[in-house]
Amino acid sequence: MRVVEKRQLLSSEEISRTLNRLAHEIVEKSGATGDLALIGVRRRGVPLAERLSRIIRGFSGVEVPVGILDITLYRDDLSTVGPQPVVQSTEIPFAVDDRDLLVVDDVLYTGRTMRAAMNGLFDLGRPRRIRLCVMIDRGHRELPIEATFVGRSVQTSDTEIVEVRLKEVDNEERVMLVDRVA
Amino acid sequence: MLQRLQHLLGIEPLTREQITFILDQAKPFQEFQRHPLKKLATLRGKTVAIAFFEASTRTRISFSTAAARLGADTMNLQAEASSLKKGESLIDTVRTLEAMRPDGIVMRHSSSGAPEFVAERLAIPVINAGDGTHEHPTQGLLDALTIRDRKGTLEGLNVAILGDILHSRVARSNIHLLSKFGARITLCGPAMWVPRELESLALGLRRVLRVEEALDAADVIIVLRVQTERIYEPSLAAEEYILRYQLTPERLRIAKPDALVLHPGPMIRGLEIDPEVADGPQSCVLEQVTNGLAVRMALLYHLIGGAPADAPHPAKERSNAAD
Repeated sequence: MRVVEKRQLLSSEEISRTLNRLAHEIVEKSGATGDLALIGVRRRGVPLAERLSRIIRGFSGVEVPVGILDITLYRDDLSTVGPQPVVQSTEIPFAVDDRDLLVVDDVLYTGRTMRAAMNGLFDLGRPRRIRLCVMIDRGHRELPIEATFVGRSVQTSDTEIVEVRLKEVDNEERVMLVDRVA
Repeated sequence: MLQRLQHLLGIEPLTREQITFILDQAKPFQEFQRHPLKKLATLRGKTVAIAFFEASTRTRISFSTAAARLGADTMNLQAEASSLKKGESLIDTVRTLEAMRPDGIVMRHSSSGAPEFVAERLAIPVINAGDGTHEHPTQGLLDALTIRDRKGTLEGLNVAILGDILHSRVARSNIHLLSKFGARITLCGPAMWVPRELESLALGLRRVLRVEEALDAADVIIVLRVQTERIYEPSLAAEEYILRYQLTPERLRIAKPDALVLHPGPMIRGLEIDPEVADGPQSCVLEQVTNGLAVRMALLYHLIGGAPADAPHPAKERSNAAD
């Protein structure tokens, strides 16, 4: 599969401003933050969740713990891909019961990743609430899933891919729209 | 890139990279054992045939539990070894298994090479749960995981394997695996159970008859059970074995202070191992059991999960990333 870069959706500065805005929104719309926790979905949801937690601590002093969730074992498409994807560890160092969980991921697309994330979280306990925060909502939902906090909504076609590139993972910092070519 | 493993018949054909991959993949499954809800849907719809043609409780339960926790169904076949004849029974076995169309087979058999025989004739993955005196690869892997977790590495360790090495498929798997990581392995036991020919199994393998010599500077001690079912006329009285080879607290002190004690189980307390050692802080036997579950889940996930090896790749990629 070859990809061709079409256009940049967010620059490094815009990513930073978006995360700042999201962090403020999260605190504003979470009421009591005592039991709030962020769950970063591997891979790119993890640095995003960590950054959000840092920003929140920065302006409010509130310590919001961050957990890491690997959804591989909960995917619904495992029997259709070739070799099994590598499983990575889930590291959630706090109890999930009665927590106000905010799942953080880079892109919301079909909604299947979020469905898998919820399955994973329910295996760990019974959260009080689960909401979703994403950098980009690119439409094309295949399940009744919504994000409470969205960085930017983008119209995309089926063949396009939204790439959120983060310095922690990709050694660069920008959001690109790329297209698949035959 | 890691070549996709189709079967797990033994440790000997595996590369260091493949072994490391399996051990790394066991890690999330170790963490999974601590979940309140230990039930996944990952292998839902898959059927794993647990075909044991030789007595076993622990390994069979471990594999059954691993499959169940992944959401797979199991077919449990247990046959008495005495009612089977070599060769003829295997062909019948293969036909019976084939007719039930499982997605994978976990197999234990009293004949060395039986799982390979089956793997050559069926198009589904075969996992060897112990074949004759040949190999017990999942035991080798769970022992390696236990050692790696406690020691931080598998590289260059001094390993002593004590007991009836000749008849031990566990010992052979351990030898193959640990030697691939540069371990200095010493085999020790009564002369008739540690013949010189065993030294050719791996480079740098040495064989001694005195347990004190084997334990000197050991980082890891693997204690094997005295397998009375394989020896019809014990040529070594139990009292003598205890006197000369039992791993006692005093003998354990000859090894390095943080040496690990492993035992594939079941232990015969008071025979090959002193109860104080078995229950002591250096004993890893309980971790071995937990790690066995994690390793077996990782293997079932990778070998039996997903599409068959020859399935066409999907034309379209529906999820945005999930890498």
